[in-house]
Amino acid sequence: MITGASRGLGRALAEQLAARGARVALVAREHGPLADVVATIRAQGGTAHAIAGDIADKAATHRIAGQAQALIGEIGIAIHNASTLGPTPLRLLLDTECEDLAAVLETNLVGPFRLTKVLAGAMVLRGAGVIVHVSSDAAVEPYPRWGTYGASKAAQDHLSRILAAELDGTGVRVLAVDPGEMDTVMHAAAIPDADRATLQRPGDVAARIIDMIEDDGARAASGSRLVAPRWEVRT
Amino acid sequence: MRWNSARSLGDPHELGWWGWLAGAARSEPEVALAADEVDRHALRLVTISRRGDSELALHRFAELPRLLGAGDLVVVNDAATLPASLVGVTAQGEPFELRLTAPVDGGCVDGVLFDDGDWRTRTEHRGPPPAVAVGDRVMIEGKLAARVVAVTGRRVRLAADGGAEVWWSAIYERGKAVQYAHRRDELPLWAVQTAYAGRPWAVEMPSAGRGLTWDVLLGLRKAGVRIATLTHAAGLGATGDAALDRALPLPERYEIPAATADAVAETRAHGGRVIAIGTSVVRALEASGGHAGPGLATLRLDRDYRPRVVDGLVSGLHAPGESHFEMLEAFVPADRLRQALALAARAGLSAHELGDACLIA
Repeated sequence: MITGASRGLGRALAEQLAARGARVALVAREHGPLADVVATIRAQGGTAHAIAGDIADKAATHRIAGQAQALIGEIGIAIHNASTLGPTPLRLLLDTECEDLAAVLETNLVGPFRLTKVLAGAMVLRGAGVIVHVSSDAAVEPYPRWGTYGASKAAQDHLSRILAAELDGTGVRVLAVDPGEMDTVMHAAAIPDADRATLQRPGDVAARIIDMIEDDGARAASGSRLVAPRWEVRT
Repeated sequence: MRWNSARSLGDPHELGWWGWLAGAARSEPEVALAADEVDRHALRLVTISRRGDSELALHRFAELPRLLGAGDLVVVNDAATLPASLVGVTAQGEPFELRLTAPVDGGCVDGVLFDDGDWRTRTEHRGPPPAVAVGDRVMIEGKLAARVVAVTGRRVRLAADGGAEVWWSAIYERGKAVQYAHRRDELPLWAVQTAYAGRPWAVEMPSAGRGLTWDVLLGLRKAGVRIATLTHAAGLGATGDAALDRALPLPERYEIPAATADAVAETRAHGGRVIAIGTSVVRALEASGGHAGPGLATLRLDRDYRPRVVDGLVSGLHAPGESHFEMLEAFVPADRLRQALALAARAGLSAHELGDACLIA
């Protein structure tokens, strides 16, 4: 199951996982763009289902998880990829409305946590599963104007580490991955004047993330925080 | 737990909680079991010895790891509870409630129709649903056009174009958890999920597992107790139709993973106990004989049934006259069950679906 699957890294992850034989449940707020991704995957012989839902909406939690498990069965990999920057252009923290900080935390921290709570239990009893939190270097570096997003990602990183510690020995891995700067709609919203030629393509990053998920923990032990530029690429 | 299927004794809430206890428990004082929802972290447990070789006792549910032992196996039903209550209208514009009796089956659903009254009216007091016939068109939740493909009394089978995906979408966007008439407020879907729920197969919560927080589950493992899963499509507790209720539970789908069948066999070979969390687990394990695979549970648990696979179980508290009480009689004589309920009542335990529990082992 992949959130934020209608574009960018989420879409690339969905397409590549499906190409490797996984049945994928795709989540995003709008049904339209998701339907395009599902059609693409099905045209290539894959199995995909679209689930429209806003992860920031508590009432959507079981709607998303229930449909995903009804349609594709037990969830082996959950990728928390959907996130929001909050209002753009990005603002200084002291110019940030408190409600905007709360909304960013709902989407980037609390919403994924609710989904994890619903999905991880069955993984633990089965003794297998991977939960991936897509992070950012803004979780580590105090970039001015990235306060709400950076704080939400830092919190998610730590939640990821603690969950990994609590689930140690259960067979369920919890990872955080910092994909680095990618050429995406989100990046353009945050840094409109970036030189796109210097940015990674989401498809390349997705391939490396999937290698890390699939290596059974040999290089990506539970609790790890993986940073894109330093990843090994499977050859 | 199934108040609504209470038979000869009627609804306990109407009779005054447990007038039966006065006579039934004989030597016990007349007391009433509470019927409030209990926080899942604060549940209590009455322990009942099957052989009667130890005293009834009260514990915190969280003590379960200590009450079981290394080598025992706990088997849970990992079915998530789906929002099985939907509303619809017939082609003539007559409104009804549809309660699913099973998860979506291809492009079809099976369910029971009720009138358009709300859940605050007890199931057995709801009026009859509008009549439908094979071939009729109905509209579900104002968005899903379906046709009636089978009718047996209140039971219907509905088909829709678009297959399982359109049913699941309508169910999760509009459906509500099946409600309990004695509650003051509506149960949200998240309140009727266990901590390990996976695929949405159950139309009512496998509620005996409600006290299995992750603190308890990981505590069981630490104590050397194995945990295994199965999936069982726990069905409706009541249909509003007396004849149909007498036939409950309907045949229910289950699936037993190979790892669970192996764990059952190993546990029994080494003298450990197989402990079912809830009667849905008992039904699935007994119907399967402990073997792996999918199946349909049709057996009936009652005082004449001798369990062959399951050694003990965790269950909610259920009054004599309820179908669940009869199921528990497969494990322990009615007299001892009544004594346990009397003890629970004196201690203030709750018989709500989301209430306290007993361990029979």
